[in-house]
Amino acid sequence: MRPVKTLEDLQKIREEASRKVNVRSDRTGIRITVGMATCGIAAGARPVMMAILDELEKRNVKGVTVVETGCIGLCKYEPIVEVYEPDQDKVTYIKMDPEKARQVVVEHVINGHPIKEWTLESADIQ
Amino acid sequence: MLYRSHVMVCGGTGCTSSGSDSVADAFVNELKKNGLDQEVAVIRTGCFGLCELGPVVVVYPEGVFYSKMKPEYVPEIVEEHLLKGRPVKKYLFGETVTEEKIKPLEETTFYRKQERIVLRNCGIIDPEDIEEAIAMGAYEALGKVLTTMTPEQVIHEIKKSGLRGRGGGGFPTGQKWDFAYRQKETPKYVVCNADEGDPGAFMDRSVMEGDPHAVLEGMAIAGYAIGAEHGVIYVRAEYPLAVKRLQIAIKQAKEYGLLGENIFGTGFNFDVEIRFGAGAFVCGEETALLNSVMGRRGEPRPRPPYPAVKGLWEKPTIINNVETLANVPAIINNGSEWFANIGTEKSKGTKVFALTGKVNRTGLIEVPMGTTLREIIFDIGGGIPDGKKFKAVQIGGPSGGCIPEQHLDTKIDYDSLISLGAMMGSGGLVVMDEDTCMVNVAKFFLEFLVDESCGKCAPCRIGTKRMLEILDKITSGKGEPEDIDRLEELATTIKDTALCGLGQTAPNAVLSTLRYFRDEYDAHINQKKCPAGVCQALLSYTIVADKCRGCGLCARNCPVNAISGQLKQPYTIDQEACIKCGTCFEKCPFDAVVKA
Ligand SMILES: Cc1cc2nc3c(=O)[nH]c(=O)nc-3n(C[C@H](O)[C@H](O)[C@H](O)COP(=O)(O)O)c2cc1C
Ligand code: SF4
Ligand code: SF4
Ligand code: SF4
Ligand code: FES
Repeated sequence: MRPVKTLEDLQKIREEASRKVNVRSDRTGIRITVGMATCGIAAGARPVMMAILDELEKRNVKGVTVVETGCIGLCKYEPIVEVYEPDQDKVTYIKMDPEKARQVVVEHVINGHPIKEWTLESADIQ
Repeated sequence: MLYRSHVMVCGGTGCTSSGSDSVADAFVNELKKNGLDQEVAVIRTGCFGLCELGPVVVVYPEGVFYSKMKPEYVPEIVEEHLLKGRPVKKYLFGETVTEEKIKPLEETTFYRKQERIVLRNCGIIDPEDIEEAIAMGAYEALGKVLTTMTPEQVIHEIKKSGLRGRGGGGFPTGQKWDFAYRQKETPKYVVCNADEGDPGAFMDRSVMEGDPHAVLEGMAIAGYAIGAEHGVIYVRAEYPLAVKRLQIAIKQAKEYGLLGENIFGTGFNFDVEIRFGAGAFVCGEETALLNSVMGRRGEPRPRPPYPAVKGLWEKPTIINNVETLANVPAIINNGSEWFANIGTEKSKGTKVFALTGKVNRTGLIEVPMGTTLREIIFDIGGGIPDGKKFKAVQIGGPSGGCIPEQHLDTKIDYDSLISLGAMMGSGGLVVMDEDTCMVNVAKFFLEFLVDESCGKCAPCRIGTKRMLEILDKITSGKGEPEDIDRLEELATTIKDTALCGLGQTAPNAVLSTLRYFRDEYDAHINQKKCPAGVCQALLSYTIVADKCRGCGLCARNCPVNAISGQLKQPYTIDQEACIKCGTCFEKCPFDAVVKA
């Protein structure tokens, strides 16, 4: 409990609390999906998911929705994380781990620079 | 903790009674079992407005809408949707599912035509968590008025917005506050009228259950504007969930320093207490309400003096409806111009309605003033069920009136409804189809008011009873042509002389049905027929000889042995003996019995 003494106090609570309810109103921005079928979970998708959520919260990123998806037929590349931006091609990251996932949040989602070397395209090229 | 998905389980009165608690519990358990409880949150909300489809569950971020949920469906939804990201179509509300796409709740026709100001947070937040309310902007308007506006400026802003009372009368709210502000006497009081007594109405209840802080904030702003430090919410004791949520909200607001002393460090104090209604309809009338709060008999008294001058404990008091007060923070936050841009010339903003009766989608809706009845009934409500024809819509609760087909395109606001012989009332909308007898409808509403009349003044106590007796006569086939004049004469006298609004508006149902459905009265009186086939005493049952196969089933079931005949020959009904119970009509396997 934090007594509100000024409008700034209220504003502070609002900022913190609005992160909790954002998921319900902001659906325009970036969407991150994590493959969570059996193959993904076996490959360690859950810690990846938790790392993404944690990083988003820590950096107070708004309007990003995180959803799980089923198997997309690329089991050997799991854990897979896909980032969808409005009006852009989706970027598919493969063989994620929590640390890489955090960097995707920072570099791609926040700074707007996809990390090419971890994507499916670069794997195909190899 | 950031949750990637939110399962919103409706915790309104409707869904709670259809079992939403056990659905919420099932989600909590199942999520834990699947190790998802750190990623997916379960939140109890207020009413979504679609109570008939309850228990309602909405899942974000997709915003998809599961209707008529059962705990048994939960494991599959958790496994498929929340774990694997594939919403389970068979449990979703059918209208939102097409081949290619699943529509979120707010894209359904039910939601799209609505504009939600008062219901802005209902179904969106957990009403028992003040931080969720704050996240949506609660108490910012209070902070703004306390730190940057004078009481005069607040009143001026409310006046400019054009806000009028949502409790029925439509009195300009800013003007009411101004009267109270000008009174020298102290202490002053703010009373929130949450007595909502119209049969079938649940607008105010849903606001209190879904967004209690909006009401508290509105009251505190009103208190600052008129110079009051005490607020009282007069709420029906039959609303336990609303009371509980209000109590929690008051407690949390005090803990956060948003009610109580020295709010926002400005030296402004405001507290709110809850009083329980005495359970009578008339206690919603403002002077009766004040008497009831003071522990006296809940009877109206003559005005003036108006409550703004002599109200609670003879001190200046404003009484505002729940919905009126819930509009106030939105007006302060968005500005009076924003509000005044919504609605019609003389009625600004939106109105919440409870849509019920013979309409496909019943529920709680909020639309801009100036929306037509046709849009409400046919677009939002989805029209009349079973291919029946629309006949009339009763608007304004027992004191309101019935509006027929030819006026469906009227833009509704306070004044247009009055000129049609109805009124805004608190927002009940009962849709009636071709099978409704309008004389019987008038009788139903009048009966309610006769029961609820407090008996203090003669025109209402005696006059409404006389009117009811005449309607009884008419519907039982004993009406005389003069009865219509008698009804009209009584109605005018009661309207002019009754002490309070209950009596003054009691004749409306009769007058409006006389105005638009005079032919039905005539049919009852002159031809002794009820065209809709509702009034039992005016029906006659006959057997169509061509259709009758002579099975004898009707005769065996008739309670008074009024049917006779020989097996395999057409049977006949003895009209003298028949008591019109309708059993033969229901029993005949060959539809040979007709009623007319
Ligand atoms: C018989 C009767 C019942 C009423 N019931 C209610 C009610 O349940 N709720 C309400 O807000 N107003 C009710 N009113 C209207 C109140 O007297 C009063 O006008 C209203 O609470 C003022 O608030 P407002 O200006 O915000 O609408 C009723 C009036 C009458 C005559
Ligand atoms: S009009 Fe009816 S309810 Fe109102 S004071 Fe008179 S008797 Fe009572
Ligand atoms: S039940 Fe119908 S068919 Fe049978 S005897 Fe009666 S009217 Fe005739
Ligand atoms: S309406 Fe009832 S009383 Fe009349 S004939 Fe049919 S069963 Fe008998
Ligand atoms: S109570 Fe759940 S939708 Fe109304």
